[in-house]
Amino acid sequence: MKRQTIWGLALTASFASAAMAEIAPGDVVYDEYGAVAQSLTGQPGDPARGAEIVSNKSKGNCVACHQVSALPDVPFQGNIGPALDGAGDRWSEAQLRGIVADAKKTFEGTIMPSFYKTGPYIRPGDGFTGKAPKGDLPPLLSAQEVEDVVAYLMTLKE
Amino acid sequence: MKIRTLAGSVALVALTGMATWADPAEDKLVINGEIEMITHTEKAPDYIEGLSEQYSGWHFRDADTRDMERDDFDNPGMLAVDAAKEVWNTADGTEGKSCASCHGEPESLRGVRAVMPKFNEAKGEMYTLEMYINDCRTERMGAEAWGWNDADMVNMTALISYVSRGIPMNVAIDGPAAPYWEKGKEMYYTRYGQLELSCANCHEDNYGNYIRADHLSQGQINGFPTYRLKNARLNSIHSRFKGCIRDTRAETFKEGSPEFIALEVYVASRGNGLSVEGPSVRN
Ligand code: HEC
Ligand code: HEC
Ligand code: HEC
Repeated sequence: MKRQTIWGLALTASFASAAMAEIAPGDVVYDEYGAVAQSLTGQPGDPARGAEIVSNKSKGNCVACHQVSALPDVPFQGNIGPALDGAGDRWSEAQLRGIVADAKKTFEGTIMPSFYKTGPYIRPGDGFTGKAPKGDLPPLLSAQEVEDVVAYLMTLKE
Repeated sequence: MKIRTLAGSVALVALTGMATWADPAEDKLVINGEIEMITHTEKAPDYIEGLSEQYSGWHFRDADTRDMERDDFDNPGMLAVDAAKEVWNTADGTEGKSCASCHGEPESLRGVRAVMPKFNEAKGEMYTLEMYINDCRTERMGAEAWGWNDADMVNMTALISYVSRGIPMNVAIDGPAAPYWEKGKEMYYTRYGQLELSCANCHEDNYGNYIRADHLSQGQINGFPTYRLKNARLNSIHSRFKGCIRDTRAETFKEGSPEFIALEVYVASRGNGLSVEGPSVRN
């Protein structure tokens, strides 16, 4: 029943979104389990770009904490979190979007960073310079980058 | 509800599955075949709620790096100790005195490193080893203070650690130290920066695991100053703190800041019972 409504919403959203601006970090709607039904941009994600963001040290750097067997060429994959193999089977697209955007809404208190959020932070810095930022900080990933990562995660099936 | 349990069990499987290759190395450190080091305890002090056992960072380095610490001829940090011995005996400042003029042999300071930082009654504040050294220079020798990360300073802390090697860390946390310890503890659990990570997230919850290429240790400071293969020099405690906070995409604190002095008191106490190991070798 509940699921039906969420899908319904998602559908309306994706029709409307072509004309819509992307959803700002503060306006993302999470359900009670932390899932985000509506695409942040209305544009389909690009799984190939998503794979790059997952591997790239200065982007998502998801492999710092997660192993992804589908990326055997990426060295030094960490094991702070569970392996992402099969994530596309375990989770729906909406759930994955919620986990990537702000994992703390799905896993309370998790060590996993919130990638689509602009604060509040304690002593935020300007990247890895150790200095205070000059202006407002953009989220760690842009709306489209989140969509690309979600599209990639959806390809991880066992 | 359903989601929580599912993810929980997945995470658990992953963690137990990894435990075999991620554990701290089972090994024993004896330096020069004679100084027996306590690098592991079965039980952390009761006031460190988050740790059951204690491990020196030595256990998390690979076999080659661990070996470099077994013999002083293989430990690059010993060059700094030799350099500091020379400075120890060299007069400096308006009083024409050297450290040796008053302290005799460096060995007279044996045990000092194990109780640092400690509350300086005369000054009415918490003092680190660096602060004691600089007071002697400015107030007793008429010499200029050394910068926190100056080679002379870090080398001297290496010499003073060296003469205490093997002695268990025993930093006081009660009496006048208590407010510093409390503040340091609060910092230890604060999730700093845009990545929102606390010291505990990495060094308490995840020691033994890998974050990218790095095998996470407990972030103990009994081995400082550390000779890091990565930057090929000795590193002070506060410069390590600075780097770890910076890596959370945070505005960090300065060496010698009240924040880092308090954090040092707390982190040192997490290692009470582990041997003073500086200068140690890390990557
Ligand atoms: C600092 C470590 C860290 C980083 C970086 C990190 N994660 Fe996670 N992630 C975790 C942990 C730990 C969990 C387990 C959830 C918990 O805390 O209980 C998790 C859970 C997940 C899950 C659900 C796990 C499952 O069952 O499949 C997904 C999906 C995920 N992360 C994706 C990502 C992606 C994508 C990125 C990069 C954009 C990323 N993570 C970056 C630590 C991290
Ligand atoms: C003029 C004499 C004098 C000189 C020179 C001197 N010191 Fe000191 N130093 C002292 C005295 C006195 C104390 C305080 C001892 C006490 O309070 O127990 C002290 C304390 C210390 C302490 C703290 C010891 C402790 O147990 O708290 C350290 C470390 C130290 N000196 C290092 C040095 C170094 C390194 C040098 C050379 C750079 C140096 N000192 C030069 C007289 C001197
Ligand atoms: C994102 C994870 C992370 C966080 C958060 C972090 N560190 Fe570290 N720290 C590391 C890594 C990686 C190393 C190098 C490998 C090791 O020894 O763990 C390290 C090393 C250290 C060391 C050197 C240990 C040794 O034996 O050489 C100390 C001390 C330390 N950290 C203290 C801290 C303190 C204090 C904090 C909180 C202010 C902190 N760290 C936060 C990742 C982290």
